[in-house]
Amino acid sequence: MSKLNFAFYWAASCGGCEIAILDINEKILDVVAKADIVFWPVAMDVKYKDVEAMPDKKIDVCFFNGSIRNSENEQMAKLLRRKSKVLVAFGSCAHEGCIPGLANLHDRKEIFERVYHETPSTKNPNRDEPITPFEVREGTIHKPIFFNTVKTLDQTVDVDYYLPGCPPPVDLIVKALELITKGEVPPKGSVLAPEKSVCDECPRTKDQKKISKIFRVYEKEPEPETCLLEQGILCMGPATRAGCSAQCLQVDYPCTGCGGPCPNEPDQGAAMLSALASILGVDEEMEEGYDPEEMMSQIKDPVGTFYKYSLPHSIIKRKVMKK
Amino acid sequence: MAGFEPTIVGFLCNWCAYAGADLAGTSRIQYPPNIRIIRVMCSGRVDPIFILEALRNGADGVLVAGCHLPSDCHYLSGNFKAQKRIILLKKVLSQLGIEPERLRLEWISASEGDKFAAVVKDMVVKLRKLGPNPLGNGEISNE
Repeated sequence: MSKLNFAFYWAASCGGCEIAILDINEKILDVVAKADIVFWPVAMDVKYKDVEAMPDKKIDVCFFNGSIRNSENEQMAKLLRRKSKVLVAFGSCAHEGCIPGLANLHDRKEIFERVYHETPSTKNPNRDEPITPFEVREGTIHKPIFFNTVKTLDQTVDVDYYLPGCPPPVDLIVKALELITKGEVPPKGSVLAPEKSVCDECPRTKDQKKISKIFRVYEKEPEPETCLLEQGILCMGPATRAGCSAQCLQVDYPCTGCGGPCPNEPDQGAAMLSALASILGVDEEMEEGYDPEEMMSQIKDPVGTFYKYSLPHSIIKRKVMKK
Repeated sequence: MAGFEPTIVGFLCNWCAYAGADLAGTSRIQYPPNIRIIRVMCSGRVDPIFILEALRNGADGVLVAGCHLPSDCHYLSGNFKAQKRIILLKKVLSQLGIEPERLRLEWISASEGDKFAAVVKDMVVKLRKLGPNPLGNGEISNE
């Protein structure tokens, strides 16, 4: 059997997904035994024009991390889609927008204002901002166009598989690579992670879910054995897809939801909101002087909490800007 | 906004609010035809996803109506759950630039046909002032 061709690309991301690939350690040797890596900007000197020169579908599997923030990301998504037989949305950014997706609470104008003018470390008396195309003596410079809205990979091009997580856990990467190199691929559109929630993998004991007070992580030292949500620490576990072995929970940190929504769940944030409303203040409901507004006001930043990783992938997708 | 007629999606619970709306009909109480009623078993059954989908698909307002607090709920505490969900969801909506007034929660008993009609009338007046759903056709362009 001839070797497979793999490609790795990063769009709007932090680089953590690239590190996650290297985190598979010596298993990378098994990968290169079965596959040639033909494009990987973080590790290899291959130019965009070399990819353009490849025949269509030359790449067997392209692992694409990062969301679509600007025209360069979009162009590369389209190019790699054309050149790849299988396109995998690798990591939370490509899957559902992730942290860069929270920029959907603003638009380009607000972001530029903040980044180029307001940040305390910025000195910009001429109020310069990126201009494209830009004429210089040597010719015209075309810079990527910054979009108003962050999109996920599958809102831009057709995606075959999704590998969730920020970054995807090593076990899931290894399993996905094995499946793909053996040719035992699941149906198109599958999320390559278990069909259950983080709670199913979490070793903590769960009892009656009823809470009265919400603590932020710095406000309380959690007990090591009990469910964090039952201790009043907001944990996205019930609304988040498993695959991570509840790593964060094992070190006393609540799940923040990077695994994306559970199977068949269209909106992770709404699912968690719904679950939390069912357990918060249950004992207080019948008491004299119960104030539901006050009870729910304990959640300071609902979008930032419930949609931390999934805003571009949610039903509403972004903030509606006032015209 | 001249001639703007808002569309309201109403999720009414089987035991109180839907019966209230039925009473409004059988008592021939007049109310605007802007509401599209969906009967659910309990206001606590209304998943926030239903409300977000309704808004995404162009509803100008969403009404959730159930049994009176504290103890009318056929399932004991569904109305309490609905109340908390709607409070949180309104905050989410305002963070996302959608007027929270588009979402309304009311307690309407089976004998309050007049209240149902009054709520719909009032909602239509307020939504006319508010104008069309800012999500529009739901398409997001790159620019």
